[in-house]
Amino acid sequence: MSPATPGSYPLLSVRNLSKHYPLRHWWGGQGSLFRAVEDVSFDIRPGETLGLVGESGSGKSTIGRAVTMLNPPTSGTVAFEGADLAKLSPREMRRMRARIQMVFQDPYGALNPRMSVGDYVAEPFRLHRPGLARAERRDEVEGLFARVGLDPRFARRYPHQFSGGQRQRICIARAIALKPSFIVADEPIAALDVSIQAQVVNLLQDLQDELGVSYLFISHDLRMVRYLCQRVAVLWRGRIVELADVDALYDDPRHPYTRRLLGAVPVPNPVEERARLAAAALMPPTHPDEGGALVEVAPGHWVAGGVEFQT
Amino acid sequence: MSDLGLTESGVGLPAAAPLRVERGPVRDFWGRLTARPTAMIGLVIVVALLVMAVFADWIAPYDPIATDWGAIRAAPSLAHPFGTDEVGHDVLSRIVFGARASLGAGLTSVALAVALGLPFGLIAGYAGGVLDMLIMRLTDALLAIPFLILAIALAAFLGPSLTNAMVAIGLSATSTFVRLTRAQVQAVAAEEFIEAARAVGNPPWRIALRHILPNIVPAILVQATLTIAAAIIAEASLSFLGLGQQPPDPSWGSMLNVAKNFLEQAPWMAIWPGASIFVAVLAFNLLGDGLRDALDPRQRT
Amino acid sequence: MSGSESMVGSEPAPLLDVRDLGVAFDSEGGAVHAVNGVSYTLREGETLGIVGESGSGKSVHVLAMLGLIPRPPGRITGGQVLFEGRDLLAFPERELRKVRGGRIGFVFQDPMSSLNPGMTVAAQIAEPLRIHLGLDGRAARLRARELLDLVRIPDAAARLDQYPHEFSGGQRQRVMIAMGLSCRPKLLIADEATTALDVTVQAEIIALVQDLKREIGMAIIWITHDLGVVAGIADTVQVMYAGRILERGPVDDIFADPRSAYTLGLLRSLPDLSRGRAGRKRLHQIEGAPPDMRDPPPGDPFAARNVYATPRCRLEPPPLAQASSAAPGHLVAAWYDLPALLAAERAAPGAVP
Repeated sequence: MSPATPGSYPLLSVRNLSKHYPLRHWWGGQGSLFRAVEDVSFDIRPGETLGLVGESGSGKSTIGRAVTMLNPPTSGTVAFEGADLAKLSPREMRRMRARIQMVFQDPYGALNPRMSVGDYVAEPFRLHRPGLARAERRDEVEGLFARVGLDPRFARRYPHQFSGGQRQRICIARAIALKPSFIVADEPIAALDVSIQAQVVNLLQDLQDELGVSYLFISHDLRMVRYLCQRVAVLWRGRIVELADVDALYDDPRHPYTRRLLGAVPVPNPVEERARLAAAALMPPTHPDEGGALVEVAPGHWVAGGVEFQT
Repeated sequence: MSDLGLTESGVGLPAAAPLRVERGPVRDFWGRLTARPTAMIGLVIVVALLVMAVFADWIAPYDPIATDWGAIRAAPSLAHPFGTDEVGHDVLSRIVFGARASLGAGLTSVALAVALGLPFGLIAGYAGGVLDMLIMRLTDALLAIPFLILAIALAAFLGPSLTNAMVAIGLSATSTFVRLTRAQVQAVAAEEFIEAARAVGNPPWRIALRHILPNIVPAILVQATLTIAAAIIAEASLSFLGLGQQPPDPSWGSMLNVAKNFLEQAPWMAIWPGASIFVAVLAFNLLGDGLRDALDPRQRT
Repeated sequence: MSGSESMVGSEPAPLLDVRDLGVAFDSEGGAVHAVNGVSYTLREGETLGIVGESGSGKSVHVLAMLGLIPRPPGRITGGQVLFEGRDLLAFPERELRKVRGGRIGFVFQDPMSSLNPGMTVAAQIAEPLRIHLGLDGRAARLRARELLDLVRIPDAAARLDQYPHEFSGGQRQRVMIAMGLSCRPKLLIADEATTALDVTVQAEIIALVQDLKREIGMAIIWITHDLGVVAGIADTVQVMYAGRILERGPVDDIFADPRSAYTLGLLRSLPDLSRGRAGRKRLHQIEGAPPDMRDPPPGDPFAARNVYATPRCRLEPPPLAQASSAAPGHLVAAWYDLPALLAAERAAPGAVP
C-alpha cells in the first residue's frame, strides 16, 4: 500500500509520516488537532530529485522540516541511509546533519546578518571537521565560493551587500560544503527574480550531476518542477494524492486535484493562454474529496483512491 | 509594491564590480552614528566626562577634600571659578572628582546589571520551559518594586557606601536586562537563520552564543546607555539621601545634599552639581537614542 | 488582440498619458534612480501588462504617479502623467485622494496587509463609497453587498460583517478587487495582485477580472513578473528593466517576435510545462544581476548581461522607438537588431556569442 521503490535501494525512506498540532481557541476552549501532514510515505533514491508540489498550507514545508528533524514528525519513520532519524539522540542527529542539508526559501532570512558570508560558509567545517587547519578551511571556502559562481574575495562581506540570487548561492555553498547525500530545497527560487531563477536551478542541477546528491525539491512552481525533478508527489491538505514519474504525472494526471493544479498554470504563449482561459471558464470547479489510500494504477504511478480515477 | 524594496537593485553587486572596502556591520554603524548631530553631541560630552573622571587628579585645581578656612562659601572668583562650599572645598574640584563617583556608579552598576541580566535572559529566552518560568517570575517580582525604592532599600540594607550604592543600583536594574534580553532572544530565535544554523548541526550553546548573541548586542547596548543615565540619577539620589558617597568624598548627589541648606546664601553650591547631573544624563540619553537609530538593522533596507 | 491598431492622429486622447516620468529615492549611498524617462499611453478599455522584476520600476512608477511613494526619501524627478487630460503630478494631495480609489482603483499584492484586520469587510468596502460617492451608511452597505456579489463571494449578505481573517486568501483578494472597483473606475491598477496566491486561486482571480472587464469595461494596468499571466489577459505588453521600458507592443507580437534581448531571455528561461524529460536541455539563463541603481550604467541598462550588446549599447541609452519591420506600435529600446542577430546565429551556429 505504500509507494515503495522497486529496484534501487532508497537513500531516504519516509513511512506514514504525520505532523499534528494541537489547536486551542484563544480563550482556552477545548483542544482539537490540526493535521498538517497525514500519513505520508515516499522514497528518494540516490541521485534523484523528488518534487513536492501543492498549494500553501498543503504541508509541503512541514514535510521538509519533518524529514530533516528540524521539526520532528508526530508519528511515522524517516529512515536515512538505514538510520531511523527519529531515534537518534540530539548529538547523533547533529552529526547526521553533515549528510543532510537544507536550502531555504528566503535567502535574506536564512543568512545571519552579523556573520560574514565566509564565516557562514565555513561553519559546517568548524562543526563537523574541527581538525581542519585554518588555511585548509579557507581554501575549502574559497573553492565553494568559486563553485557556486561567486568571487572568493567576497567572503569577508556581509549578507546585506549581496543581491537575492547571490545570497541563495551562498546558502547553497554552505549546504554542499560537506558533500551531503541529501538536500531539502524548500522553495529555493520562490523569492528570486525571474531572470535569476534559471541560474539557481541550473546550479542545483550541475551540483547533482557532480556530487550525486539527492534533492527533495519543494516548490509551487510547476514549470520548474517538471524541468528539475525525476518524480513528483502532489500534496493536498497534508496528504499525497498522486505520486509518479514526472512525465507520467504531467502527461497523464489521474487525480482531479492534480489535473486542476496543472490546468491552472499560465502558458507564456498568448494564443494558447487565451484558449486555456476560455476553456477553464467553461469547466465546472472540481472539489476533490479526501481520496483515501494510495493505489498503484500503473508501474510507479500512485493515486489516492486508486481505481476510481483510472482512465 | 514588490519593487519598492530597493534592496535587490540597491545592493546588487555585479560579479565584475570592483572590490570596495569591506564594510562590516561595525563600520556601517559608525557611519550612521557620526551622521547624527545629536548623537555626536552626546558622545563628545560623554567622552569629555570620562576624561574628566579618569584624569581628575590632573584636571582639578585643588584637592577636593582639602578645606580652606579662609574661603568659606566664597562666591565664584578667579581663584575658585565655581566658588567654595560651607567648609571651604573648591566646588570645581569636587565637581571634577564627583564625576568619578557619578560615572563610576553609572558604569559599574550597569555593567553589573548586564553581567547578571544577559546570561539569565539568554537562558530564559532560549532554553524556555521551567527555567524560563522561574527566572521570569523572579524578574516580575523585582520589576513590581519601583527602581529607586528598591535601590534605596538595598542600599539601606547593605549599609551606606558608594560601592553598596552601585551594587544596589545594579541589582535593581538587572530585571530590565533580563526582560529585554529574553524578548530579543525570542525574536531572533524565530528568524530563519537560526533554523539554518540548526540545520547545519550547531549545538544549542553555539547557536545562543554565535548566532543569537551578536544579533541582540545592539539592543542591549542601547538599553545600557540609557540605563547609565538612570543610574547616574539613582546614584545622585542615594548620595543625596546619605546612602551613597560618604563625606568628605565628593559626589554630585552628596554635594546637592549639603547645598540644600545654603540655597539662598550660596546658590553656586547647588547649581554646579545640579547642572553636572543634568548634562551627564542628557548626554547619555542623546547617545542612547543615537545608538538606537544607528544600530537598528531594520531601517536599513 | 485589439492592440494592433495603428497610432494615427485621429485617435481620441488616451485615458492615461505618461510622459518622461522619473522617480528617485534618496539613500545614504546616493540617489537610487528607480524610474528613468518612462513614457507610454493607455487607451480606454485597454489592458496593459507591465512585466519586470524587482527594481524594474514597474510598481514604483505607478505608485509615484498616484502620490503613494513616501516623500522623502522618494521624489519625482520630472515628467507628466495625464489622466483624462489632467496632470496628476500637478494635483494637490486632496485632489489626488479623490482620484485614488475613485476614478482609479487599485489592487495590491498582499490582501492581508492591505486590509485593516480590525474593520469589518463591509466597513472597508463602504469607505471609498462614502468618501468618493458621498453615499450614506445604508446605501453604502447595500452597494458593498452588490460588490461582494459582483466578485462572486457566495452568501455576500452574511459575510458583510465578518473580518478579513475570516476570509481565505483568494476571497480577501476578491474583497480587494471589490474595493478597487467600488466607484466604477475608468482604470484599475493591479500590482502583483495574484503573486501571493496559489496557482488555482490565481486562475480564479484572473477569470474574475476578465469577466468584470467585459461587464464594466474599465482599462487595466496589470503589473506582474509572470509572463504567463499577461499572455492571456493583456492587449499590450510593456517590459521594464532598471527603471526603463525596454520593449512595448501588442501581446502577440511581443511573444512571437521579441525585439529586446531581455524579453527574449525571459521567454527562453521559462521551462516548458509540456516538454518531457527526454528532450530536456539545460535551462537558458540570463547571466549576471540587475545593475546597482545608485550608479546606473550610462548606456542600455541590460547591456552588461546581454550577449548581443554592441559597443554603443554600453555608452548611450537607446530610445524607445518603433522596431523595424515589426507590427505597428511594437516599440523597442535597443541599438542591436535582434531578428538579424538570431538569423545569423541560426545560419552559423557558434559564430555569434
